[in-house]
Order: sequence, then C-alpha cells, then structure tokens
Amino acid sequence: MEKSLFKFILKYSLRQQVFLTLLSIASFVPYYYQLSVPKTIVNQGITGKGVTFPVTLLGFQLSHEMYLFALTLLFLFLVIVQQIFKYSINVYQGISGERMLRRLRYELYGRVLRFPLPVFRRMSTGEIIPMITAETENLGGFIATAIAVPVFNGGMFLVSLGFLFVQNWGIAVAALSIYPFQLYVIPRMQRRVNQLGKERVRSARKLSDRIGESIAGVEEVHAHNISNRLLAEFSYRLGDIYWLRYDIFQRKFMIKFLNNFLQQAGPFLFYLIGGYLAIKGSLDVGTIVAAVAAQKDMGAPLKELLNYYQLQQDARIKYEQVVQQFDPDGIRTADYQLIEPEKIEPLKGELQAVNLGLADDQGNPIVEGISFTVSLEKHVAIVGPGGSGREDLAMLIARLMDPTKGRITIGGVDLATLPEAITGRRIAYVSQSPYIFAANIETNLFLGLRHRPRTTLEYAGEDAKAYHVRLRESLASGNTTDDPSADWTDYEAAGVADMAGLRKEGLRVLKLVELYDDGFQLGLRSTIDAARETALVDGLLKARISLREKLSGNGQGQLIEGWDRTKYNRNASVAENLMFGSPVGADGLNLERLAEHPYVQAVLEKVGLKDAFLASGYEVAQTMVELFADLPPDHEFFQQFSFISSDDLPDMQDLLSRANKERLNELADADRLRLMSLPFKVIPARHRLGAVDDALMARVLEAREVFMRDLPPELTNKVEFFDPAKYTAAANLQDNILFGKIVYGQAKAAEMVIAMLGEAIDQHGIRDAVAEVGLGFECGIAGGRLSAAQRQKLAIARCIVKHPDLLVMSDATAPLDAASQARVLDAILDEFKGRGLVCSLHRPAAARRFDHIMVMRQGRIVEQGNFAELDKDGTLFHELLQHD
Amino acid sequence: MRLHEEVEVLRNIPLFANIEPSKLKLLAFTSERLAFQPGQALMRQGESGDSAFVIISGEADVMVSTPAGPLKVAHYGKNALAGEIAMLCDVPRTATVTATTEVVTLRISKDLFFRLVREFPQMAIEIMRVLASRLEKTNELLRDTNAKLAEANKR
Repeated sequence: MEKSLFKFILKYSLRQQVFLTLLSIASFVPYYYQLSVPKTIVNQGITGKGVTFPVTLLGFQLSHEMYLFALTLLFLFLVIVQQIFKYSINVYQGISGERMLRRLRYELYGRVLRFPLPVFRRMSTGEIIPMITAETENLGGFIATAIAVPVFNGGMFLVSLGFLFVQNWGIAVAALSIYPFQLYVIPRMQRRVNQLGKERVRSARKLSDRIGESIAGVEEVHAHNISNRLLAEFSYRLGDIYWLRYDIFQRKFMIKFLNNFLQQAGPFLFYLIGGYLAIKGSLDVGTIVAAVAAQKDMGAPLKELLNYYQLQQDARIKYEQVVQQFDPDGIRTADYQLIEPEKIEPLKGELQAVNLGLADDQGNPIVEGISFTVSLEKHVAIVGPGGSGREDLAMLIARLMDPTKGRITIGGVDLATLPEAITGRRIAYVSQSPYIFAANIETNLFLGLRHRPRTTLEYAGEDAKAYHVRLRESLASGNTTDDPSADWTDYEAAGVADMAGLRKEGLRVLKLVELYDDGFQLGLRSTIDAARETALVDGLLKARISLREKLSGNGQGQLIEGWDRTKYNRNASVAENLMFGSPVGADGLNLERLAEHPYVQAVLEKVGLKDAFLASGYEVAQTMVELFADLPPDHEFFQQFSFISSDDLPDMQDLLSRANKERLNELADADRLRLMSLPFKVIPARHRLGAVDDALMARVLEAREVFMRDLPPELTNKVEFFDPAKYTAAANLQDNILFGKIVYGQAKAAEMVIAMLGEAIDQHGIRDAVAEVGLGFECGIAGGRLSAAQRQKLAIARCIVKHPDLLVMSDATAPLDAASQARVLDAILDEFKGRGLVCSLHRPAAARRFDHIMVMRQGRIVEQGNFAELDKDGTLFHELLQHD
Repeated sequence: MRLHEEVEVLRNIPLFANIEPSKLKLLAFTSERLAFQPGQALMRQGESGDSAFVIISGEADVMVSTPAGPLKVAHYGKNALAGEIAMLCDVPRTATVTATTEVVTLRISKDLFFRLVREFPQMAIEIMRVLASRLEKTNELLRDTNAKLAEANKR
C-alpha cells in the first residue's frame, strides 16, 4: 500500500484528476466573462456611456432597451454555463471520490484478512471497524478533491484577482491587502482545531473499543456486577469527548466569525477608495460595482483554499496513521491470498519440522527447537500439560501462524511458500473455540468448499445491465469481480457431482460427528416451501396417514386428537379451534391475540357469541383471581399456569369488582375485550376450568364455519386452513405429520407419539429429507442458536466434508461430553485412515489409537514414539497418563 | 372431570382433608391429570422423582425388586398417595408402581407440595401418619418373612 496519500491518489486516480483539472480550467473562461459583463451592462447598457444607439450586434440593429436586454441575456447565459461546469465538476468529483473510498476500504479489509493472527491480540475489532468504516469516509471525500479543488479555487481566485488588476490596479491592491492577515491568523487557529479533531477520532475509537469489549464480555459484566464501574468509566470518556467537542466547535465558530468579518470588510475598502476615485473622476461606477462583485467572489474560493489546506493536512496524517496500522509486521502478501494454482495437487509424503520455533512479540519463545519427521498417512497426537505449546504447534502445522524460526514441510515443500489456495484447502483446522457464522447450518457446513466461483452466472435483460454496471464499478475501484451469487462450491473436492450429492455427503458427515439427530429434530421444527419440495410434502402426507394407522394398530389412536372440521378439538385452545388453521406471516392473525382482531370480533358478533364469551371470560377471570391472588407476584406459577400475568392481576380484580355479572354488556369496550380474550386461551382437556363447556364448544364450531366462509380478501393469505388431504405450509413438519394435538393427561403420550412419528418417517424414507430441511436452520450470531456442543460438532464436520489431506485438531472434541468425545474421535480416526491427522489432545489417554505421539513440555518435544513405547515408568507421558 | 370435581376427590383424601378449598383448587389446577393404561408404570424404582401421584380412580400394584425377583409390597386404590417418599427426601424412587386397571391420577409437583406442607402443618402430621402406618406394614411383612425363613431353616 502506498505510504503517502498523494502517491495513492496519483496511482489510482490520475486520469480522473487530470480530467477534473482540465474541466476546472475550462470553466474559468465563462467565469471571467461573467465577471466582466456586469461592467458593460452598467456602463454601456444602462448609462449608455460611449455608445451610440442603435447598436449593430451580430447584424441586428438594437435600440438602447434592446441592447440592455441582450447584455443581460448574455449575462444569464454565462451564469448558466458556469453553473453547469460547476455541477459537472461536483458530480465527477463525487464519483471519483466514492471510487477511491471503495478502493481504500477494500484494500484495508483485504489487509485485515492477511494480518498475522497475533496482531489481533493487540488490535481490537472496536478499533479496526471504525478505521475502515467511519474514518475513511472523510478521506474518500478529500481524495476526490485533492487536485481539482486547489486548481479550481486557486484559478477562480486568480481570475478574480486578474480581473481586478485589469480594471484598476489600485483597487486590486486594496483587495489584496486584507489577505495576509487572513492567511496568517486563520491557519494557525485551524491547526489547533485539527489537532483536537485528531484527538476526537482517537477518543471515539477508544469509545467504540470499550463498547465492543463490554458486549464481548457481557457474561462477566453480569456475573461480577461490574455495570456500574463500566458506566462510570464510560461516562468519564464521554466527558472527555464532550470537552473536546466543545473546544472544537468554539474555535470553529471563532474562525467563521473572523473569516466573515474580513470578507465583509472588503466592500468597505472598495466603497471608500473606489468612491473617492469616482468622485475625483478617475474611476467609473461600473468598475466599482464589478470590483465589489469580484471581491465577493474571491472570498469563496479563498475560503475553500484555506479549508483545503487544512483538510489536506488532516487527511495526510489520517491516511498515514491508517496505513501504518494496517501494515503490521509479518502481514502476508496479496499474492498469498489471491494466487489460484492451475491444479491443486494433494499433499503427500512426509510431514517434517526442522528446528521449528515460534516467539511472541516480545521475543519470548513459545515453541522451540521442534524437529520431527512422520509420514503424512500416520496419525499424530500431541500431548502435554497446559501451556506446553501444543496448541501453538498445531496452529503452526495448520499454517495459521508462521514460524519465527525453522520450517515445516510436507513432501519436501515448505508450507510457508504455499498460497492459501493450497494450505486452506488441503489442510483443515479446528480448535475448541471455532466460529460459526451467522448463516444456516448448510452454509457453515460447506464453507470450506467455497473458495472461488465455479460457474459464471448468465444474466438476461435488466439483470444483465445491472450486473454489468456493477462489474464496471468494481473494476474502476480495483475490487474483485467475483460474483457472490454464482455457485462457489467445489463439488469435486468433496467427491460428489452436485448439490444433491453434497447434501448426502454432508448428512453422512453429520452422522459421523453425531449431529445428524439434531439436524433431524431441527428439520421437524422447520417449515418448508411446499410448492418446491413436492416429493417431501408427498412423503410427509403419507407419514401423516401411517402415523394414524400405527397408533390405532397399537390401540393408541386416542393419543392424538386430529383436526376435524366438524369436531371441536378439546386438546387445542379455543383460539386454535376458532381459526382452524395456521396463521401465515407475522403481520396477520396472531393466535396469542386473536380476540383483539376486528374480524374475529365481527365473526363473534355475527354468530351471537359475544355474550357467551363475555360470561365465560368472567368465569375464567374469577377463577384466576381466586387461585392466584394469594401468590407472591414473582411466583413461577404465574408464568406456568395463569392466564393473567401478575402485573395485570390487580387490574383484573378491580374490573371484577366493578362488573355486574348480569350486565357485563355495560362494561367499557376495553374491559369487555379483556374479559373476552381470556377464554381464547383455554384448552378444555388441559385446564378443566369448566368455563368452556360443551354448549360453548358447539357454538365455536359454528363460529369456525362463519370465520372460514366470510374471510375477507385481505386475510385470505394470512391463514391456511387445516385439510386432512393437504399440507399446511405455514405449520412445521412435525405438526403436519401429527395433524392434530397430542392429548393431555395420558402418561407418556408425547414420548410414544414421537417414537411412532419417527417410525412413520422411516417407513416413507424421508428421514434424510427432513434432516436436509434442518440444514436450513439459521445458527444465529456466532452460532448462538446452537449449543456449544452442536457448534463444535458442526465445526468438525465442516473440516471433514472438504476431504483434506491433513486435519489438524486442537482439543477439538473437548467441549463434547466424555462419551461422545471418545466416539467422535474414533469415528474421525477411522475416517482419516490413510490421510494425515494431527491432534493436540488435552487427555493423553485419548492418544492410544494414534500411530505417533509427541509429548511436549515448555515449548519443546521431550518424548516421541508410539503408545506402547511411551507408556513406561519414568516417562513424562506415563506420568501424564497417571494423572488423566 | 371438572376442576371442582377434582377438588372433591382431593378433599376425600385424608392428607388434604383439612386444607381450605381455594388451596385445593390451586393444587388441582396446577397439577397435571394423567391417565395410565393397565401395565403402564406410574414410576420406576431407581428413577429420580420430583412429583407424587394422587390416584383418583383405578388400581395399581407396588413392586420392589429384590435379588429373588420383583416382590409385591402393596396395592393402591382410589385416594391413595404414591411416590411421596422420593419427593420428600430426594432419593430415587423406592418402588415401581404399575397400573393394574386404567388409573387416573393427579400429578403433584414437589414445589407446590412443599408449599402446602409449610402452610398447613396438619398436612405434615397426616404425612407422618401415612408414613408410620406404611412402616408398620413393612415391619409386619418383615416379621412374616423372618418367621417363614426361620421355619424353612428349621426344616
């Protein structure tokens, strides 16, 4: 990256800058005439001095009035031309500025991706992010104007000045006389403002760093009650920033004041000196008017120039700071990231380390004098006490860190010389704190297969146009032209032909790391696009029937109460019974608040159910108040059992005391709604309240029919009614198979039904398809919606699925429970038979199945050999085993 | 069955006889009604347990596994309380209770049960009475067994 800002500007925007400069110079011509025409208007057009009418202009005979008209028209034309120039310059400046900004950000982000890992121990994301986002913003703005502004405004200034000299050198000198003072005082003040500005940037960076840290460490914040301390520190910083900003704006306004004052002082001199000369007869009035106008015009470019000078200083320093920050020692070259070899050969031969050493940034050795040679087909375990450097050795072997001494070779090739295209594809690495990206499981699983676009997407029509515009802009800013929408998946590397094959392979690997069942369960709880997944929908509908048959075959048919349009489902809430369908989308009908929906109210009105619901609601409210009134407000029963939250209970008590059971109709609308919404939550089989009796249930069935019949057009796509022969796209897979409710009050009903459901799914061979649906599960930020064990398994799976020649694991199974740790490690050992596997193990006993064991202590290998050789009295390995 | 009917059932159980009706109603409302088919186990010996069962209808056998195989130690009918030992003293279930007919129960959670015991000392006394009589039955069984054992040894 260019060390100096101007080198950067010239290297990447020379053409634009030249064009802008030419444009600026061209604009001076109309500008000069725009200045001189007013003089002609006043002297000749208005006062008619030295002209005899009619005047002949371009072959036309013009009277005095017509001549004035022609001159003013000319003036207007010049103004327009001048403004068009200005507009074009601004637009073009904007474009080149945005391109440079884009280029700069891209370059900086690319550099972050090439930082050696230890850099991130001293540079926080809170510092890096604002540098790439906020701070470069002004820089881009400045770059656009870097050459054009001084040329344009300097030119304008000189043109104005030249004009004044041509008119009258005395006036010109007078106009100039103000500037030395301005040029001396204002930059000085501005310099201090700039310094403060820099400080402000630094403080803001620190501030964002603190916020980032608080969020990252939020568990500690709560676990140790340090919010007050953090708030105090934060407030202290805010205070600093407040005073900084106060200082800055005060000085800024002072500068503005001085500038404006000096600017306005110009006319004072003109009127004084020019007026005196005019009275004496050595100067005409038109010249004074023009001079005042020219002086006024001179102010603006001069101000811009001053401004530019300060901006330039500021931008230069900022650029140098940023570049310095983004050029840490040991940063890898761009080629390392970008080189794409013709063919990527598998890594083969021997894995060898020669006198390998790694030191921290103070030069203290972490790993030292490591030498070993082992066939890549062998499985290597690295064991040792914590802090022995075994994790660092694993990272060195995976080429995540570069050794400070010695080298690692595979088949005689130094890993340090290989581009990431080879090491990142043929070697896989997983630690015990892997990162899961905020995408679905599938994207995370196949991450390691997506290195570059494998297809070129063909666009047509408008899309093609838009794509080409995008592409052109990318090129103009020196960005990559790779299309993120193309298919990037390297099917060949995974040993499959297409996406379907890859999903199968993915499921196989998920089974291997014991994540398959999780995927299956997530799949059952997902919804699918029924129009696209017709085969699966078909299978699910068959499973629906099979589940029924299996249950009735076992005499357990009563365990599910199915949806039947003519029957009330006693195991579902009144709301569900009324709607008899699944709500679609978040903005339509909400089952939790169904009573409040105007359409539902209208339906109840139509069937004449309002009074019945009011009475039932009154009964429910009474029971709730009776049952829960004595409980402390934070009692868990409120959440588990009550229809009324503890906060609302006093209000409800109040309402009941006001209400007359016989005249509930007289209550206010809001109160009536509150009562009416209560029965909607009642599930008769579960709550046994008696408030929803057989008569009411029969009426709800009537209401259900009316609800379906009269559904207004704006709600037709907000609800999907249940139909035994149809798939309900708005409901999840499991609910679609159940097509009803698991009954309350039967022991182990859920367990038995779910077991049967699994059998029904297997019977129709859709278990894999359901698990594939589970692959679409969104993992959340940093994989937060998955458990730690699930995240770990997913990270291991994504290493296996890319079929590397060497898998490096650093305590990767540690977050799993003991039993699955052993099983998963065994499965990996089997999977990697004949391929390289290097595991840093926290439990030496797990090394039993490895071919070669290296025992580390204090950064050195102290013993190596196979398990039998090492497991002897007197070895460190034996000692570690004893303690395991 | 409605809530108030369940409350009636609970009132007929000596343990709950002296508790005021509104508390019984809360007990009934927050307790899950659970039906067991003949042969289904209400609880299994050795499992951890955080609830007790009041049998509303039906009958169940109480079996303890011994080295000589399962041994029937008691028989529960309507109004019986089952599973209170594991709930009271945090030990695994001491016996397996299996439904012999269809059994309808009310499952009472540990939390609610302790609240009631704390609020109504009569309940604690009642529990003591139930436990003591059960101990007496067990002792009696032991005496019988010992006598039989001695007789067998004599032969």
